[in-house]
Amino acid sequence: MPDYILEMRSITKSFPGVKALADVTFSAERGEVHAICGENGAGKSTLMKVLSGVYPHGSYGGEILFEGKTCEFSGIRDSERAGIVIIHQELALVPHLSIAENIFLGNERRGRGGLIDWHKTQAEAAELLNAVGLGEEPTTPVGQLGVGKQQLVEIAKALAKDVKLLILDEPTAALNDNDSAHLLDLVRALQERGITSIIISHKLNEIEATANRTTVIRDGQTVETLDMVAPDVNVDRIVRSMVGRDLESFYPERNPTPGEVVLEVRDWTVRHPQQDRLVVDGASFEVRAGEVVGIAGLMGAGRTEMAMSLFGRSYGRFVSGRTLIHGKPVAPRTVAEAIGHGLAYVTEDRKQLGLNLLDTITRNVSGAALPKLAKWGFVDANLEAKLARHSMDSMRIKAPSVQSVVGKLSGGNQQKVVLSKWLLTGPDVLIIDEPTRGIDVGAKFEIYTLINEFVESGKAVVVISSDLLELLGTCDRIYALSGGRITGELPVAEANEEKLMTLMTKEKEAIG
Amino acid sequence: MTVTASRGPKGALAQPPEKNGLGELRLALTRNLRTSGIYVALVALIALFALITGGASLSAGNVTNIVLQYSYILVLAIGMVIVIIAGHIDLSVGSVVALTGAISAITVIKYDLPWWVGVLAALATGLLIGAWHGFWVAYVGIPAFIVTLAGMLLFRGLTLFVLDNVSLSPFPDEYGVIASGFINGWLGGYGYDVFTLVVFALGVVGFAMSQYRSRKARMGYHQPVPPLSLFALKILAVGVLVMAFAWKLASARGLPVVLIMLAVLIMAYTVMMQHTVFGRQIYAIGGNLAAASLSGVKVRAVNFWIFVNMGLLSAVAGIVFSSRTNGAQPGAGNMFELDAIAAAFIGGAAVTGGVGKVVGAMAGGLIMAVMSNGMQLMGIDQSLQSVVKGLVLLLAVAFDIWNKRRAGAH
Ligand SMILES: Nc1ncnc2c1ncn2[C@@H]1O[C@H](COP(=O)(O)OP(=O)(O)OP(=O)(O)O)[C@@H](O)[C@H]1O
Ligand SMILES: [Mg+2]
Repeated sequence: MPDYILEMRSITKSFPGVKALADVTFSAERGEVHAICGENGAGKSTLMKVLSGVYPHGSYGGEILFEGKTCEFSGIRDSERAGIVIIHQELALVPHLSIAENIFLGNERRGRGGLIDWHKTQAEAAELLNAVGLGEEPTTPVGQLGVGKQQLVEIAKALAKDVKLLILDEPTAALNDNDSAHLLDLVRALQERGITSIIISHKLNEIEATANRTTVIRDGQTVETLDMVAPDVNVDRIVRSMVGRDLESFYPERNPTPGEVVLEVRDWTVRHPQQDRLVVDGASFEVRAGEVVGIAGLMGAGRTEMAMSLFGRSYGRFVSGRTLIHGKPVAPRTVAEAIGHGLAYVTEDRKQLGLNLLDTITRNVSGAALPKLAKWGFVDANLEAKLARHSMDSMRIKAPSVQSVVGKLSGGNQQKVVLSKWLLTGPDVLIIDEPTRGIDVGAKFEIYTLINEFVESGKAVVVISSDLLELLGTCDRIYALSGGRITGELPVAEANEEKLMTLMTKEKEAIG
Repeated sequence: MTVTASRGPKGALAQPPEKNGLGELRLALTRNLRTSGIYVALVALIALFALITGGASLSAGNVTNIVLQYSYILVLAIGMVIVIIAGHIDLSVGSVVALTGAISAITVIKYDLPWWVGVLAALATGLLIGAWHGFWVAYVGIPAFIVTLAGMLLFRGLTLFVLDNVSLSPFPDEYGVIASGFINGWLGGYGYDVFTLVVFALGVVGFAMSQYRSRKARMGYHQPVPPLSLFALKILAVGVLVMAFAWKLASARGLPVVLIMLAVLIMAYTVMMQHTVFGRQIYAIGGNLAAASLSGVKVRAVNFWIFVNMGLLSAVAGIVFSSRTNGAQPGAGNMFELDAIAAAFIGGAAVTGGVGKVVGAMAGGLIMAVMSNGMQLMGIDQSLQSVVKGLVLLLAVAFDIWNKRRAGAH
C-alpha cells in the first residue's frame, strides 16, 4: 500500500457555462514528483486551484485528503498552513519590493513588539536563496530579475512556508533551456529533502526526465496515471493519452518556396529607454515571401527588444537603421503605421502586453484590426462577430462563446486569441515572439500548421523562440542574436542545437 | 497520422451550458442579476420611497422635479463614466460647471448679448478647459487625479475672479427655457399631454425592437441568450415603468426640454461607446494600456479627446445649471464632481478602468437622485442625507465586488 500524501477523489468544478472538472481522481505519493499533463483548457490549473483553496470548499464537488485528513480549505491561507504551496502560472511577486520582502510577504519574520525583524529577514532570505541556488543579494528589487530568477524567488518563498507539497503550474513555460534545467534540478533536490511536488507542464520531455508518475487529464476527467519508470512510457505515450491518438510528428512538413524579400532590416540600432547602452547593435536581416525565419538568442540577447522596436518603435530609443518592406523604405514611427505597412507583432507576454483580460474574445480578436472593420468610425458589429466566430473555429479556441471574457480562458486559449488578433490585421510580415508558450502539443502542431499556411499564401513569418527545437522544426533559416548583434545565420539544413548555441553565446565569450 | 482535422467538432470540446429548463433559468437569472442589479435596486428604491412618503414621491410634480433637478448631474456622469472607463478621474467638473456658467452669465447679462452667444461662449470655455486637462494628462503624462485636482482649484479661483466674488442674475426668459422649459400641447391635451405619451411610446417600441434584433443576432452566432419568457418579461417591465414615468410627466407640465437633451446625449454616447472605434479604444485603454498601445491605439490622442469631451459636457451641465438657478454664483457646482463620480461607480464602473456603461452611470445617478429627493420629502436632515449617500456608495461597490467574486468562485 503506497503512502499517499494527497488524494483527490471525484473532483468536480463548474463555472457558468463551463464544466471545468467533470470527474478527476488523482493521488500523489509522499516524496514523489508527480506531473499533470493535458490539453489547454483540460482543467489542470483549475484542479490545482481547487487543491490550494483558491476555490474554497463548497464551490466544488468531491473530496480532498491530505496526509490522511479530509481537507476543507476556505482559502489559500488554510492550505498553506497545512503545507500546500502553489506557484501559479502567472508569477505573483511585487516588482518594487526586494527579494527578501517578497519571500516573507504575508509571512513576515517578527521580532519584539511585533515589528519586522530585518536582520532575521535578511539572514533567512540569504539562506533560502542559497538553498534554491540563486546568487543574488536579498535586497535586490525583484523587478530587476529575469523570469528564471523570479521563479526561483517564488520557490524560496514556498520554502519559507514549511512546504510539504509544492505545486508548480507551468514553471518553465517562460524559461530558456538553461533556466529550466536549473529549476528542474532544484525540484529534484527538494525531492531529496522529502518535499512532494506536483508539476504541470506542456514540455513533455522535461516531464519524462523529472517526474516519477504522470497523470493525464482530458476534458476535465482523469484519463490515467502513468508510472514513468515503466518500460513503454515515454513522450509519445503521454501524447497519445492526452489527445487520444498517436501523434506522428511534432512539426508539420514544410516545403519552402522562398520568393522576393518582403522585409529587409539594415543596421538596426536601438538604445535602452533609460540607460545609455545599446540593446540592439547594428542588426541586419531579411525575410522572404514564403519563408519562416527564426531568431535564436539567450535571455537578454535583445530579441524581443529588436522586434518591438521594429514594430513602430515600441521599445527603447531609435538610434539608426533602415527598414524596407517589399523593397520600399518605410519608417513606421507608431504601431498604427507599422500595422498599416503590413507588420504584426505577437507579444511573448500575453497578459501584460497582448490582451484586455476584462473584455470578450470578440473584442480582443478585433482589437488591432478595428479601423479596418469600421466605416466612418463605426464598427461593423456583424462583420466583427463573424470574424471572431471564424477565428474561434479555425484556431479551436475552447470557450463557451465568442462573448466569453478572455481573462477566464485557460492560458493556452488566451495565446490563441492573441494570435487570432494579429492574423486578423492581414499582415505581410508576422513576427511571433514565443509562438507556443504554454500551448499543448496538439495545439502547437496546429499553430505551426497555421504558420505554414500563412507563409504559403506568400507572406513571411519571423519566429522568436527560446526553444531551439521549435526553431529547428519550423524555420527555413535561423539568425542567432547575442548581445544585440546578429552573430550568424544558418539555413535549417545546416543548423543544429550545438551550432546555434555556439553562435548565441559568441559575443559573451569574446567579452569575457 | 497527423493531428490536423481530426479533433471533432467544436461542440465536443466546449461544454454547453446546462440544458435542463431549471438550470438554464437559474443561470440566466444569476447572469442577469449581475448586469441588471442596479436597475432592480433603482426600482426597489423608488417603491420604497413611494411607500414611506405615502405616494408623495410619485406625484407628477415631484417626478418632473427630479428630472429637472438632477439633469445636470446626469450630464456630468456621462462624461465621468467615460473618463473612469479609460482609467482616469476628473475632480474639476464642479469648478468647470461654475466657470462655464459664469462665462455664459457675463456674456448674456453683463454684455447683453443674445442667449445663444452665452451658450456658445460657455461651450467654447468648456472645450478649452478640456483641452487644457487633456494636454497635461495625455501629452505630459501627469496623472489625471493631480491635473484635475489642480483644475478644481484653478477654475474655482477663476470663477471667483470673473464674477468678482458676487452672483450675477437674472437671465432673460429664453435662457431659462433650457432647464425649465416644457413641450406641452403639441398634440392637444386632455388633462395630460398626448405628445409626451407618444414620444415615450415610440421610445419603448424602439427599445423593444433593438433588443429583439440584438437577441436574434446573438442567437444567429450561437451565443447564449436568456429564455424568451425572461426576455419578454424584461421588455414588459421596462415598458410599463417607462410609460408610468411618461404618464406622470404628461399629467404635470409635459415633456421637459432638458429631458430631450439628456435622452439625445445618452443615446449618442451609448452608441459612441459601443459601436465606434473611438469608444472601443477607450475600453481597450482602460482594460490594458500597454496592450492597447501595442495594438495601434493612439493612446495619447484618445486620452486627450476624452478630457475635451468631459470639458464639453461640463459646459453643458454649467449651462443647464445656470439656467435652472437663473444666474451665476461663485459657489455653483460645488461637490458636483463627487455626485458624478458616485453615479459612475454605483452604475458599475470599475476603479481600475476598462469597465462601465453610460446607462449604468445614468441608473447610478438616478439612484442618488431618488434617494436625495425621497429623503428631502421625508424632511430628513442634510447631515443624515450625506451619511446615507456615503453608505449607499460604499455598499453598492461592495455588492458589485461580492457579486464578481461569487461568480468567480462558482
Ligand atoms: N474563472 C473562470 N470562469 C469561467 N471559466 C473558467 C474559469 N477558470 C477556468 N475556466 C475554464 O475552465 C476550463 C479549464 O481551465 P484551466 O485553466 O484549468 O485549463 P488548463 O488545463 O490549466 O489549460 P492551460 O494548459 O491552457 O493552462 C477552461 O475551459 C476555462 O475556460
Ligand atoms: Mg493552466
